[in-house]
Amino acid sequence: MIPSGDEGARRAEEKGSFVFRLYVVDEGPSSARAIANLSAICKKYLPDNHQIEIVDLLQNPRRVLSDKIVATPTLIKLSPAPVQKIIGDLSGEAKVLLALGLQQGPPETTR
Amino acid sequence: MKRATSSVAENQDFGAMQKTRTGVEGFDAITGGGLPRNRTSLIFGGPGSGKTVFALQALVNGARQFGEPGIFVAFEENSRQILANAASFGWNLPQLEKKQLLFFDAKLRPDVIKAGEFDLSGMLAGIKAEADARGAKRIVFDSIDVLLTLLDDPRAERREIYRLNDWLSESGLTGIITAKSQGDDPFIAAPYGFMQFIADCVVVLKLQVVDQIALRYLQVMKYRGSSFAENEAPFVIGASGMEVVDISAKTIAAEASPERVSSGVAALDTMLGGGYYRGSSVLITGSAGTGKSILAGLFAEAACRRKERTLYVSFDQNPSEVVRDLSSVGIRLAPHMKSGVLRMHSARAETVSAEVHLMNIKRIVREHQSRCMVIDPLSAMIKAGRALTAGRVAERLIYLAKSESVTLLSTSLLQGAQPLSEETPVQISTIADTWIHLTNISQAGERNRALSIVKSRGMRHSNQVRELILSDKGIDLTDVYTAAGDVLMGAARWQKETAEKTEQERILAEVEHKRREVALARAELSAHIEALEQELKQKEAEAERLIGADAMHKLDLARRREGLEQSLSAKMIKKRTENSHAVAGKKMTRGRRSPKGGGQ
Repeated sequence: MIPSGDEGARRAEEKGSFVFRLYVVDEGPSSARAIANLSAICKKYLPDNHQIEIVDLLQNPRRVLSDKIVATPTLIKLSPAPVQKIIGDLSGEAKVLLALGLQQGPPETTR
Repeated sequence: MKRATSSVAENQDFGAMQKTRTGVEGFDAITGGGLPRNRTSLIFGGPGSGKTVFALQALVNGARQFGEPGIFVAFEENSRQILANAASFGWNLPQLEKKQLLFFDAKLRPDVIKAGEFDLSGMLAGIKAEADARGAKRIVFDSIDVLLTLLDDPRAERREIYRLNDWLSESGLTGIITAKSQGDDPFIAAPYGFMQFIADCVVVLKLQVVDQIALRYLQVMKYRGSSFAENEAPFVIGASGMEVVDISAKTIAAEASPERVSSGVAALDTMLGGGYYRGSSVLITGSAGTGKSILAGLFAEAACRRKERTLYVSFDQNPSEVVRDLSSVGIRLAPHMKSGVLRMHSARAETVSAEVHLMNIKRIVREHQSRCMVIDPLSAMIKAGRALTAGRVAERLIYLAKSESVTLLSTSLLQGAQPLSEETPVQISTIADTWIHLTNISQAGERNRALSIVKSRGMRHSNQVRELILSDKGIDLTDVYTAAGDVLMGAARWQKETAEKTEQERILAEVEHKRREVALARAELSAHIEALEQELKQKEAEAERLIGADAMHKLDLARRREGLEQSLSAKMIKKRTENSHAVAGKKMTRGRRSPKGGGQ
């Protein structure tokens, strides 16, 4: 996949600065799925330029209010800008990639 | 659903169901104590029906009045919007927020992307920690339907509602969940159909607009383990929040007073046996121009003269018009207005609902501390909104007056030939304590006003129709004449009255004549008696003289006898015989005289 135009330049510039924070509930099934799905995406598309912070809300319940977490799991892409919030177990890979700016729609339409 | 009857007994049976007061006026009365404590209540309602206001008010009152801190979880609006909306209610939220009230913005921004399944477990864990830290007792989720829309899957919706319910029962918090209802019946549409099973209390709020006037109703649909008033209860959202009208309330706190207050018309007070009862409600009905407002004005003036604070509520007529019109019949209200004893309140009947009118009246009564109140006319007020509510509005007005110990006089316009058959006034009249009806009677080319007391609870009153006479001196009531079943008034009454007067005079003259005759007879007789007495005295004196002479004669005889006995012993026998004759004759004279003496 070859990025093109401004978007591609920007992404190249910020390469290696993907910072994720994933809010989960320990042992929650959807949380476990979210962790697995995020790891898979990172391994596939950002093999060596990502950081993942996992926040267990059962261990740190005050983070719910301070960080305004409604749904679990919630993924926040802190960088690169813009900050993006995704809720759910990240099971639809295409949708997640689109939301994270890692893929601009289906390949056949970008050409 | 439990019936509203025998609530005390049932409350005892269900002792486990504890309640917590919402502080929303009227709601706690309807539910016999508020919402179920440590349980979940559902508040359904269409857009703008007042769900958020109710939930927030219960939370604020908990924090302010009952020492129960609360948490408001806002799915729909952010806390800034909620604070702005509630600012007008004077609840002082910004100050409360710091300590006893926490707002949690749970509204997901539209740019949040949903990818796959999620749940609320993390958020609930966080809220639990916060609730524990603050010692919160109440929590509101407003509104659940926004969250359900986000879940967008019937299975997930059900799962999360059960999760929320389980969390609420474990947390020990008193929960209020609001939900927007789409149709008329919130229970038909899923997922609310099963939501009602998990909630212990279900309340529906309704908003209707009739003739551009908003009418709000609240109905308790379910209350597990408790009785409740199941009828629709009107409510208003006013200056200080939501207020529910407890229409089932029958207990009047104030004790019935034996004290009477003047109606302002001495003759009417007499008819009522002393006036209206203090704290009672008086209804004056009649068609246009029968003098209803005048009776109302007289009542108000009399109250003001006694220095009793009085509220005069007029509809569709401003205070200066009322004062001017009443001054034309000698009722002076202006000085009492200036001194503050009289408070005039005017309203346009058709602008707001009767509920709002009622609430305004209540506020003024409390503010002004009124002891007497006039509503002129009540018929205009109850027309506002919906005719069906007329009886209810009147009932609540009377309830308000009784609970505030205010003597209430309301007028009601009656139209048509059969005024007493009209539904609305009859509804009102059944709950009024005293009902006075005014009519125009046309007779011999004249129209006259007639007053009758249709009913008056707890007092003896005249059943007679009286003629109401208006003059610059004020108002008076006169006895009317009945002839062949018809009440005579005006000229007819005058005619009849004159005829009767002549007859009376004739009778009086006759009586006087008789009296003189008797006096004369008495004089004659007493003269006669005097004459007889004189005669008697003369006769007595004569008798005395005779007796005296007789006694002298006897003495004389005795002396002579002694002389004779001594000198003439030979003639002794002959003398004795003569003497005994004389004694017998004397006895006979006395015997004849004595009955005459007894007859005197």
